[in-house]
Amino acid sequence: MMFIDPHAHMISRVTDDYERMAAAGVVAVIEPSFWLGQPRTHVGTYIDYLSSIVGFERFRASQFGIRHYCTIGLNSKEANNEELAEAVMEILPRFALKEGVVAIGEIGYDEQTELEDRYFRQQLELAKELELPVMVHTPHRDKKRGTSRSMDVCEEHGVDPSMVVIDHNNEETVKEVLDRGYWAAFSIYPSTKMGNARMVDILEQYGADRMMVDSACDWGISEPLGVAKTAKLALERGIPEGNVRKVCYQNALDAYGQSGQMKEEDWLNPPAIDQRSVYEGNSILRGGREPVVTQAGKAADPDNLIIE
Amino acid sequence: MNSSHPGMANDIQPSAIAQATQALNDCLKSSISDDCWSWLAGRRELLNNDYSDKALHITLGMIPRKLGREDLQVGKTLQASLHALLPGWKPHLWSVDTAARVLVITDLANSGRNDFGLLYTELCRTADLNEQIALYQATALLEPSEALDQALGDGLRTSIQAVFEAIAHNNPYPSRAFDTHRWNHMVLKALFIDSTLHPIVGLDERGNSELATILCDYAHERWAAGRPVTPELWRCVGPYAKTDQQLSDLLRALNDTTPGSAEGALLALSSSEKLTHLLPTLTAEHQQLLHSVTAGDVSWSTVYSTYIKPST
Repeated sequence: MMFIDPHAHMISRVTDDYERMAAAGVVAVIEPSFWLGQPRTHVGTYIDYLSSIVGFERFRASQFGIRHYCTIGLNSKEANNEELAEAVMEILPRFALKEGVVAIGEIGYDEQTELEDRYFRQQLELAKELELPVMVHTPHRDKKRGTSRSMDVCEEHGVDPSMVVIDHNNEETVKEVLDRGYWAAFSIYPSTKMGNARMVDILEQYGADRMMVDSACDWGISEPLGVAKTAKLALERGIPEGNVRKVCYQNALDAYGQSGQMKEEDWLNPPAIDQRSVYEGNSILRGGREPVVTQAGKAADPDNLIIE
Repeated sequence: MNSSHPGMANDIQPSAIAQATQALNDCLKSSISDDCWSWLAGRRELLNNDYSDKALHITLGMIPRKLGREDLQVGKTLQASLHALLPGWKPHLWSVDTAARVLVITDLANSGRNDFGLLYTELCRTADLNEQIALYQATALLEPSEALDQALGDGLRTSIQAVFEAIAHNNPYPSRAFDTHRWNHMVLKALFIDSTLHPIVGLDERGNSELATILCDYAHERWAAGRPVTPELWRCVGPYAKTDQQLSDLLRALNDTTPGSAEGALLALSSSEKLTHLLPTLTAEHQQLLHSVTAGDVSWSTVYSTYIKPST
């Protein structure tokens, strides 16, 4: 089965993760612009970060036969640094049209401050202008009200719910998100977000329409195989294969494919120019094969002492 | 600055660049639909008459969305005449979005603005992967400048092979403009990142004894690590092999089991003035191979197509 991880901060991950993801069937990842754990204090570091996720990180992923996409945005935490936020807003349009940018995101609320609200709204307008989907980060604290408010604001700005993925849902938020017509994403992230057994319960209750699973793996203790493991667990617990495919692959493609920047052909049959250049010497992405990773596991074996 | 490099043949004339740019224009026009061409023409006109950074970024960003990423159509006859016009330049390996971006960049360069170098550098800094490739490939059609040398020098520090090759391969710019230090490090890095030398324009003309020394040292590192040494390496050593150590390196390569190594070593030796001294010591098999070299049946081109990058 092929998987898409529609929320993975690969810039914080090592090559072992890419290997394991490819071996587990992940064909594409979406890397949202996010907070790096440590606040950025200059627009220059923001520019270099965005350049990395539209440039070098795409290349890194390609080495493992994984297609890399990203979302561009000012995250809610850094929106609270007004001077930085103003400067970042200036440069966002420049990055939002780069190749492989599938949404404006992850944007929304952290503490639901006035500044967070201001830049959330400005970025919704930018998404509308550029006809891009939106990835909404819902807050960890005061989550239920913050999620409702995020959708209220989207609607106030005339953004169509079908263009918005509400991320980091849980049992408490999912019903309203689906009822209001949004895409509902769930981050399988240990301790702070969703566990995958709970996730399967939710799939049993709500079905698979407009639902998607991601790992949100980042610099914290997190699991890049979140999507693949959830799929396996769901199958074991009797969720129909068609539904698993929807929540672990197709719905992410349908939602973010609305950007025009993400197509199944990208990994099944990449353009000739990419086969000649970016994927040259890498047979993984040629001829529509599912990923084959030869080195995976070898390095992970602690008894294999030879490093060549 | 660009005519000062020892070993450089006649530099490319601005008229040749202008002709090549026009040919690229014509190829792109016949490779895309009339609607796409009109859109691009409109954007180029806008940038020409009412330039703004925003309009430039939108144009560069929208190009692959509007035009797609199909291969640029360049007829066989035209390929040959382009090669004569701008040695080593191969736009038939480009896609239409690259061609369009390159044309936008040449428009800017030819617009008479005095801050083009700065603008180019800034574009490189925030380019996505395919924009980087287009920006660097555009230099084939740009007049050398210090700013471009510097920007390409930064670009060469990449570990992304496709980006590196946008600068180093099928691009006349480096041999026209790079100083010896930058040139030598480009050649060495090509080997270091498992890229290839044959597509580097001006490889023989820009050879020098320092590069030969650096490459022999590199071969020793590879041998010490038990890694293969590419036969192409010896191409830049042969004409400058003077010392006993360098000759013994070539003899070691001659007997190396890496596919193509013997051919590479003999091609290198055949360009060395020391060949005559070594002739009596060659085995019958190597003598025979040397005949093939002399007859032109074995060349750097055949080594490349046989051992380095067999066409698939």
